[in-house]
Amino acid sequence: MPIQPLLDAETAARNMAEKEPRYAPQEALIEANRCLFCFDAPCIMACPTGIDIPSFIKKIANHNLTGSARTILTANVLGASCARVCPTEVLCEGACVVLDLEGDPVKIGRLQRYATDYVFDRHIDVLHAPAKKNGKKVAILGAGPAGLGCAAELAQLGYEVTVFDKKKAGGGLNTYGIAYYKMRPEVSLDEVKMIERLGVKFQYGVEIGKDISVADLEKNYDAIFLGLGLGGANRLGIPGEDLPEVVDALDFIEWIHTKPLHEVPVGRRVAVLGCGNTAIDAVTQSKRLGAEVATIIYRRGEDDMPAYEFEYELAKNDGATFHFHTIPTEVLAENGHVKALRLAKTEVRDGKVQVVPGSEWVEEFDLVLKAVGQEKQTNVFTRLFPSLKLDRKGRVEHNPETMETSVPKLFVGGDCANGGREVVNAVAEGKKAARGINAMLTKQKVEGPIQPSRHGAKNGNTGSGFDHPIRVPELLAAMAQ
Amino acid sequence: MADLSINFAGIKSPNPFWIASGPPSNTAYQCHRAFEAGWGGVVWKTIGDPIVNVASRYSALNLGGQRMVGFNNIELISDRSPETNFREIKECKDRWPNHAVIASLMVDTRERWHEFVKRSADCGADGIELNFGCPHGMCERGMGSAVGQNPDVAETIVGWVMEAAEIPVIVKLTPNITNVVYAARAAKRAGADAISLINTINSITNVNLDTLTPEPYVRGLSSHGGYCGPAVKPIALNMVQSCAADPEVNLPISGIGGIGNWRDAAEFIALGSLSLQVCTAVMHYGFRIVEDMNEGLSDYLDSKGYKSVADFSGAAVKSLSDWKYLDLHYKRVARIDYDKCIGCNLCYIACEDGAHQCIDLVDSAPYGLGPGRVPGKPVPKVREEDCVGCNLCSIVCPVDDCITMVEIDTGRDKMSWDDYQTRLAQGQMEPIPAHP
Repeated sequence: MPIQPLLDAETAARNMAEKEPRYAPQEALIEANRCLFCFDAPCIMACPTGIDIPSFIKKIANHNLTGSARTILTANVLGASCARVCPTEVLCEGACVVLDLEGDPVKIGRLQRYATDYVFDRHIDVLHAPAKKNGKKVAILGAGPAGLGCAAELAQLGYEVTVFDKKKAGGGLNTYGIAYYKMRPEVSLDEVKMIERLGVKFQYGVEIGKDISVADLEKNYDAIFLGLGLGGANRLGIPGEDLPEVVDALDFIEWIHTKPLHEVPVGRRVAVLGCGNTAIDAVTQSKRLGAEVATIIYRRGEDDMPAYEFEYELAKNDGATFHFHTIPTEVLAENGHVKALRLAKTEVRDGKVQVVPGSEWVEEFDLVLKAVGQEKQTNVFTRLFPSLKLDRKGRVEHNPETMETSVPKLFVGGDCANGGREVVNAVAEGKKAARGINAMLTKQKVEGPIQPSRHGAKNGNTGSGFDHPIRVPELLAAMAQ
Repeated sequence: MADLSINFAGIKSPNPFWIASGPPSNTAYQCHRAFEAGWGGVVWKTIGDPIVNVASRYSALNLGGQRMVGFNNIELISDRSPETNFREIKECKDRWPNHAVIASLMVDTRERWHEFVKRSADCGADGIELNFGCPHGMCERGMGSAVGQNPDVAETIVGWVMEAAEIPVIVKLTPNITNVVYAARAAKRAGADAISLINTINSITNVNLDTLTPEPYVRGLSSHGGYCGPAVKPIALNMVQSCAADPEVNLPISGIGGIGNWRDAAEFIALGSLSLQVCTAVMHYGFRIVEDMNEGLSDYLDSKGYKSVADFSGAAVKSLSDWKYLDLHYKRVARIDYDKCIGCNLCYIACEDGAHQCIDLVDSAPYGLGPGRVPGKPVPKVREEDCVGCNLCSIVCPVDDCITMVEIDTGRDKMSWDDYQTRLAQGQMEPIPAHP
């Protein structure tokens, strides 16, 4: 049987409601007042984009919401989506000292959302590009978080920036690939519009190498940023893999973002292969869209799974089930549609996961979602840029300070450079690449973090020309005598 | 069990906790509720010639989510008739004969004072409090703080009162004065039996940045209100102790100003109060707060071996002296407990930008991972040789007992500023070098 939508519109909307709704003003004030306003705070250090978190929270407490959003968005142009999708538990909130003090960190993500919602709701632009451009042009390949991070930064530096993407809208996985209960696609699309207002041009439906050649790009632009992310799901290499109900988990999530919720087809019995964070997003949303059974099938054990602990908890609370140490060996069909999976237990032998002989069984499923990691676009990259060097894992080799690649004038960032990390890492790398591009085109050197401490301690003398007398060693020595 | 009852200048009260003159002591209904809740006394809302009040009347200072850290009002004295007030005082006294009911009075002429003093005694009030402190409205009519701010005038009026008084007279002092001790001495000279302080402080709590008119708002205008609540406690403690320490004053003191719990109360008693008056905290939470006050104070007195409130009263008065007697050779420094430190570095930036630059941010390596869970994060380290022992870091530190101020034995004898000046004059020592 082909799969069908299972829920009416109202139930689907209720099940997919936002996990963490926006704070009411007083909630935000109470939470903001929990922040200790640390100096050179650990949360800043834990943020890949180095948002000055204590400052933006202090501004919320002081009723300066526009200023708060400015602090956030100058450091991280996708601050609104990161507020919703960042694994704050392991980043800023994991480093929050209030966690040590009270056992519960300041809810930085939700406060960040509160401040950024304020300016997006009111169409207040806190970022501005100079009216006079510097005459230099940069092409950005891919309108995902890395590309947007790079584009926004360059636009603010006076560059003319054009972003190319083969999809119909920008935002990349922020628009198409985030669990619906974490973030609505509109948030990501609003961010793209904000970047458009910085003067960045977007060309959608364009595939590089097909609709526009790399040679043309190289001729017409002073620099190119490669932010094409990763490809489709890895192949399983088992019989039945090409049946219509064996779907890439990210494609399933994209359906959720491009169709009305009650028109998204979902299986009654869904198998999700893999146990990373995308697998969790797939299993929870299957349940929320009406699946009776949604099961994660993972070849290793509970302790090995790449999903964050809090994501695992979420899936368990949603009623997902888990088959650990289990591997699919065949997708079984009936009338050309998925009917079941043949599964087998696994064990680790000689350091490798191996099937336990004779442990096979058959379990009925009508939808199989693949979340076993995304392919590297190795072929695409080498076809577009034959001299581009990739590392052994298929990631684009780059200078970590400038994000320059082995190809002249070509910079990189995001999943294709880091192999697949968080949105916030992609934004940070895009921004870093913008700094590298600007340095190359203005013949400057770059070093240090992309968002150095704004008010924090600097090493050694601050350069003011004043030494505090207490610290002048000669005086100290004189006093000691 | 310590004896909480007091005899305050002849006014007997089952415990030292009185409702201060104000909105909570406006009616017999409230007075009765207060006594039921456990209050020892009530100072009636000030009785005088009829006035008319405005709407609105109160405003507050909120801080970091904490409401009513400070509070102000432009409400005048009782807007009920003297007849009603005196009748209700009598009703309360009839029902609660062993509790203290004190009539707060504010009138203008000698004759009116005599009349109101007599009527107070006639209705059975245990004492009289003279409101020489109200800083809004009434002072424009030559009463309230207009009296309290001029010790000569205050002395004259207390004199009038004493001519007619048959029950104890408490003079309530205004803090809106250069030195409250002069006003206290004036009360003493005129024969008052006790003083109470502080009344409220002239204030504007905040400005509405949309209307540009502060609260309390009265059709386009506001007025300077009397400030009270937790924020004024340090000012009140200072004034109470100043009066308690002054040999010329030597009167029982009823402490007022920001008292909200037994600890506040104990501090006021330690600095010389015998009875305590509470208004703002009751306006915030109701009469029920007295339960903790009675319990907490009783347990505290027991734990310290004091037999009664009077036994404890003034125990800390002598712990304050003029600056010139403080020991210049005493040294204490800040020590950070790295097992408790959470790595907020507030101590560092407070010392660096706000004090004496004696804390460095250093590599955490010698201290293990250091505070917090971010490896490589620098940790604050006090340079004890430079630390001036100012307390700031230990004050800003959000973790209890993380930064302690540790006494360092300098091996030097006590030397006060006075001693220092003497030794310099006698050529016994060289001047101490100036700080770099």
